[in-house]
Amino acid sequence: MNRTLNAVYAWLLLLPAMVLLVAFTHYPALATLWHSFFSTPKGRRPAVFVGMENYQVMLQDPVFWRALINNLWFALGTVPVAVGIALLMALWVNRGLAGRGFLRLSYFTPTVLPMVAVANIWLFFYTPQYGLLAQILQWFGLTGPNWLGTRETALPALMMVSVWKEAGFFMIFYLAALQGVSPSLREAAMLEGASRWQYFRRVLWPLLMPTTLFVLINALINAFRLIDHVVVMTHGGPDNASTLLLFYIYQIGFSFWDTAYAATLTVVLLLVLGIIAAIKFRWLDKRTHYQ
Amino acid sequence: MRRTVLKSLAAVIAGATLSLPAYAQNKPVEVEFYYPVAVGGPITKIIDTMVSDFEKENAGIKIKPVYAGSYQDSIAKALTALKGGNPPQLAVLLSTDMFTLIDEDAIVPIDGLAKDEAGKQWLGGFYDAFMQNSRTGGHVWGVPFQRSTIVMYYNKTMFKEAGLDPEHPPATWQELVEFSKKLTKKDASGNVTQWGLEIPSGGSFAYWLFQALTTPNDAILMNDAGNQVMLDKPAVVEAAQFWRDLAAKHGVMPTGTIDWGTTPKDFLEKKAAIIWTTTGNLTNIRSNASFPFGVAMMPKQKRGGSPTGGGNFYVFKSATPAQQEAAVKFARWATAPERAADWSIATGYVAVTPAAWQTDKMKKYAQEVPAAAVARDQLDVSVAEFSTHENQRVTKVLNDALQAALTGAKTPQQALTDAQREADRVLRSYK
Repeated sequence: MNRTLNAVYAWLLLLPAMVLLVAFTHYPALATLWHSFFSTPKGRRPAVFVGMENYQVMLQDPVFWRALINNLWFALGTVPVAVGIALLMALWVNRGLAGRGFLRLSYFTPTVLPMVAVANIWLFFYTPQYGLLAQILQWFGLTGPNWLGTRETALPALMMVSVWKEAGFFMIFYLAALQGVSPSLREAAMLEGASRWQYFRRVLWPLLMPTTLFVLINALINAFRLIDHVVVMTHGGPDNASTLLLFYIYQIGFSFWDTAYAATLTVVLLLVLGIIAAIKFRWLDKRTHYQ
Repeated sequence: MRRTVLKSLAAVIAGATLSLPAYAQNKPVEVEFYYPVAVGGPITKIIDTMVSDFEKENAGIKIKPVYAGSYQDSIAKALTALKGGNPPQLAVLLSTDMFTLIDEDAIVPIDGLAKDEAGKQWLGGFYDAFMQNSRTGGHVWGVPFQRSTIVMYYNKTMFKEAGLDPEHPPATWQELVEFSKKLTKKDASGNVTQWGLEIPSGGSFAYWLFQALTTPNDAILMNDAGNQVMLDKPAVVEAAQFWRDLAAKHGVMPTGTIDWGTTPKDFLEKKAAIIWTTTGNLTNIRSNASFPFGVAMMPKQKRGGSPTGGGNFYVFKSATPAQQEAAVKFARWATAPERAADWSIATGYVAVTPAAWQTDKMKKYAQEVPAAAVARDQLDVSVAEFSTHENQRVTKVLNDALQAALTGAKTPQQALTDAQREADRVLRSYK
């Protein structure tokens, strides 16, 4: 077989996957970018080219900035906590204790529940006066705040739900990684007289690094993809205190029908996600030790 | 580009369907009908029964009811379907979505479809308070169906406990504050165990409840053409200040925002003595309340009054003439006195025509449940619900401002001045 034929053969093999990738990833992304340079078509008024106008509007839009800042806080508040708890839970259920299967199951349960169901459960937890949190606080003679109705607590309340839901999911990855670690490493460390902490710090943690990286990136992406909880629990309120980027895009796109502006905001979201991916591939990967 | 692809795809499919004329002729006229559920109760079941009753009487028409979620979901679905080239032929959507639907070129005026004498009579038969949200630019665009208004529900047992007359609900703002103070209970450590009053402000209905404060304070928030709002007038700011004061100054309402959905729950759980919510919740509260309760009109300040609310029937432009005719036929059937009475009794919505209230079953119902008549009597002083071009966007501006004022992030004056400026910006192209 000559080289050209070989190349054609290779491309043909790649074709099915490429068609799907182009149709559902690349084309929509480019179309979004393209639409962001036009005005929104309305009933009898077609879209016209407006250049950078949508971007100028965006820069002056206080709700957009609110949503972006909220989202950064949201990521900052949920990702490290969720990943930390996941690791702790994984270390805990990786040991040979009784009822291990049950513990693993209960940690994982929040993950398999549908998002909207989760949000509704938490909506009840947060209800003032007779919600679960309020009832627990009452035992101690305290009144909880109006969790979802106060601007200071609305976003942290949403963050709690996210951590609760995500930690169990990430635990599975850590658990898998921990089970892949050879027991001889532990035995060797013990023979050398290493403490448990030293074993974790010097042996386990570096070995878990690829998993940590994977989990971190996923958690970060999830933080920017979250919308369900916002819709069910706060609708972005009060006064945009819990508006996240994707929720705002949904609102602009499907409540206001300003599709051009929604496309503009989507470009920003894509950019954020792209930067996160780039950090992973260009920078963190090089600093991670793979077995 | 994507739209062209979709359109040509739809055209191919439509062409294929039309090329089977013999088959098409025998088929009944099919009408796809989107409807939302916004109150408690078995709404989907009631609609299904309604549709099958209609089909029994009208053999040539097939109605396909599609439950489309909340009001917000329903308009999103209908407009998405429209942009995808496959809209429903008939839908119940918020009466306030009228301008949006006109701007999107989605609907046809109903008065163009019901031109004969009987049709004119039908359109003239509704309460005028409801029709205010159906008319603009000299046309009637929607037909009142599941319409409501805000009423005050109060717990009679709690009134008695507080030494108040259970047959005398607060009739003025002053009484509202006085009574609510007596109805607010605290435990030994000073925590509130029972609130005097709850006016919901979370979610997307804050502007609506706000109108139940601005209307009695003699302020109208927008013009008929839907291109001008009056949010920073002194009477409007006063109303917002009063709302804020109920929690911040008088301490009779929880601070922060109160979720729309939990308000009826708080009432049923005996955590709130007085709540303001839609009359559409009447059946829900009637079947779940473990205590005697009363229903009253909005307390007066300078005058009485409340906004109307709820959904209208809309007929879509893209439907074929036969489908449009069938859709109007169904809307007429569903709003006929007997059916409007059935619907009102089953759901708690206000029967939309005076004729419906003259039916025997409605008379009997009004006697058994005097609460139901309160909403009807309030129609005399009711005003149009807040509705403008770019409705959802302008409404959000107002909701955000109210929530900012209620959470104390801005003063009512500041919040509403900002909202006016922002709304003017959004509406500038419609003048």
